[in-house]
Amino acid sequence: MARPRPEPMQVVKQRRDAALKAIVDGVPYIRFLNITFDRRGDELTGVLNFDDKLIGNPLLPALHGGVTAAFLEVTAVITLSWEHFFPRIESGEIDPEELFNADAVRFPKTVDFTVDYLRSGLPRDAYARAFVSRSGRRYASVRVEAWQDNHARPIAQATGHFLMPQPKVESE
Amino acid sequence: MVDKVEIARQFIEAIPHAKALGLKLTTIGDGEAEISMPYNADLVGDPRTGVIHGGAVFAALDTCCGAAVMSHPSAPGGTATIDLRINYMRAATPGQSIIAHATCYHITRNVAFVRATAMDEDQKLPVATAAGAFTVEGL
Repeated sequence: MARPRPEPMQVVKQRRDAALKAIVDGVPYIRFLNITFDRRGDELTGVLNFDDKLIGNPLLPALHGGVTAAFLEVTAVITLSWEHFFPRIESGEIDPEELFNADAVRFPKTVDFTVDYLRSGLPRDAYARAFVSRSGRRYASVRVEAWQDNHARPIAQATGHFLMPQPKVESE
Repeated sequence: MVDKVEIARQFIEAIPHAKALGLKLTTIGDGEAEISMPYNADLVGDPRTGVIHGGAVFAALDTCCGAAVMSHPSAPGGTATIDLRINYMRAATPGQSIIAHATCYHITRNVAFVRATAMDEDQKLPVATAAGAFTVEGL
């Protein structure tokens, strides 16, 4: 009758933050761009921490369009991976510390990615949030947007298709 | 006469992010450009495979497309990306440079249309292809 007692908050937070950190810290390119993620429950916000090396037009100055695209793609892949792995991390099936050692853990692969540039990126931090429009067994479709000072004035938006990691076929 | 290729090279290679990626402009002129990006462990997307992240390939292709637009005889000067779509065909081979080649195949007063490919040493199948539209601006 009675539901099980919920886990203490620190336990839940520690596990989720460790899992996110393991996913993000494992990728050299994410460190190269200095992208971090804010987590509120299962919702992620990508943060592109500004640095001079991200500039594409020194005269304006403005963020490099390739950086904006990469930021959107990283946010899309991490959000998709997070939603994909979250239940297995929560159930204890995947140990977050072992994420990059485990052969069974694979990340979604980008099939295509289309970026609309809406405004030039100012030389300061940018934020991005991705929405998984559909996640099937083989393919996923993700929409993602990036903004700076004002969420209602996005600097870029993108959609992409991804090939989901396939479970290893058990050989008889 | 000043060497147009040399000016373009200095211009592209002075872009802070192009510098960070180690981009080198190899060819430019008449709406075509070629840029190489050397293999760099900092750009890896999955440490288990050593494959370069798609985002870095996107950045190289975007830079190359912009250079192709600026080199078109009808382009007055600057440009900015309106949209760019990339299809990823396969993982880039770890350890190999990526060569982006872009062609600005049509330009109007306001918009330039570009397509591009990214190759590694295997010339049979591109790593990625791209197609996009760019603005046409004075300098």
